[in-house]
Amino acid sequence: MAEVLTVDDGSFEESILKADVPMLVDFWAPWCAPCKAVAPILGELASEYEGKLGFARINVDEQPANASKYGITAIPTLLVFKGGQPVGQVLGFRPKAQLKKAIDEIIG
Amino acid sequence: MEQSFEVVIIGGGPAGLTAGLYVSRARLSAVLIEKAIFGGQITNTERIENYPGFPEGISGFDLGQLMYEQATKYGLETVAAEVTGVDLSDRDRKVVRTDQGDYMAGALIIAGGAQYNKLNVPGEEGLLGKGVSYCATCDGAFFRDQVVAVVGGGDSAVEEALVLTRFASKVIVIHRRDELRASKLHQERAFANPKMEFLWDSVVEAIVGPDRVQGLVVRNVKTNQKTDVAVSGVFVYVGLHPQTDYLKGGAIPLDEDGRILTGQGMETEIPGVFAAGDIRKNSPRQAIVAAGEGATAAISAERFLLERP
Repeated sequence: MAEVLTVDDGSFEESILKADVPMLVDFWAPWCAPCKAVAPILGELASEYEGKLGFARINVDEQPANASKYGITAIPTLLVFKGGQPVGQVLGFRPKAQLKKAIDEIIG
Repeated sequence: MEQSFEVVIIGGGPAGLTAGLYVSRARLSAVLIEKAIFGGQITNTERIENYPGFPEGISGFDLGQLMYEQATKYGLETVAAEVTGVDLSDRDRKVVRTDQGDYMAGALIIAGGAQYNKLNVPGEEGLLGKGVSYCATCDGAFFRDQVVAVVGGGDSAVEEALVLTRFASKVIVIHRRDELRASKLHQERAFANPKMEFLWDSVVEAIVGPDRVQGLVVRNVKTNQKTDVAVSGVFVYVGLHPQTDYLKGGAIPLDEDGRILTGQGMETEIPGVFAAGDIRKNSPRQAIVAAGEGATAAISAERFLLERP
C-alpha cells in the first residue's frame, strides 16, 4: 500500500523534484477545511496510482518556501511535478471521481 | 448497480445530516449522498456563533464533523457521489442517479444546499488561485500585510472580511448598495475595525492580472464612474444559488431562481419528496434553520412511509 509522503522544504528537492515518477504535492494548512476533506481521498489515490504517480503533502504553514516559490495563494492546491517541473495543478476540493479525471488529464 | 433504501437524502450539510439522524433513529434504512464535504457550506466558516449550545462559538468544520458523527452513529449510510438526475415518476420507487450508481427509495429528502455565486467578470476565472478566492479562512494567510478586497455586503462577506483583517494590512469591502445587509453585530464589528474600508454603491467590473491579481476595476453604480483599486487579493461573497441543476428537467416545481417550493412539513408537490435547508424557496440560510428543517422533513418522510397504502 502506497502512502502519502510528508515532505518539508528541506526534503522537497530530493523527494519531489528528483523523484523517478511524477509526484502530486498537496499544499495544505491545518486551518483549511477543504484540505482536511482532500487528505483521505489522496490517501486512497496513492494506492490506486501506485507506480504511476507518487503522492506527497506539505504543510504551508510550517514550510512556506516552496508554496511561495510556486506562487500558491489558495489551498488546497495539488501541484503535479514531472522531471522537476510543475506540469499541472488542481485547485480546491474535488470529489474523488472528478479529481481522478483531472489527474489523468495531467499525467496523460 | 442499484441499491434500495427506505429513504434517500441528497446533501450532507446541517439539513441533510439532521434528516439522516432522525430517519435512522426512526429505524428507517437510509443513505445520504454527498459530493464534497460533510458539513456543507458551514465547513468554510471559521467560527459559528449563532448555533445554540455552543456559547463560545464553534468552528464550522468541527460542527459539521460532530453532526456527521451523530448522524452515522444510528446507522445512516453515507456515500461520496454526485447526483446527476432523478426519476420521480413511480410513487413507491424514487430513483436518484449518481456518478457512482443509482439509489432507490420510497421517500426522498433533497437537502443539496446552495453554492456561492461567481462575479462573472473578466479576470475572475484566469486568476483563480492567483489572488481570486472564495474562502478567506483558507487563503487569508497568503495575504499577510497586503491590501485585499471583499466583494459583497451580507453576513458571509462581513464575517470573512473580519477574518482577513487578521492578516491583511487593509480590507476594502466593495458593496453594490449604500448599506450592509449583514447582521447588526457584524456591522458593529466591521465599522469598529480600523483595517476595514468601504466602497459603497460599487460593483467590480474586472479583475486585473495578468499573472497575479494586481487590482480591480470598480464602477460606482450611481455616478457610473470607474476607478482602479490596487489589491493583491479579492474574496468574493455575492450570494448563493441553489444546487438544483439536475432538477431543471421538470421533475419538481422550482421557483424562477431554481429553489424548491415546499409546504409546512417540507413536502413538495411530489408525494414522498421533501426538501430542507438552503435549497428551499424563502430559506433564511442559517445552519440552525437548515437543521430544524431537516428534522421536519425526516418526520414527514417517516409519516409518509407509514401511511403509504
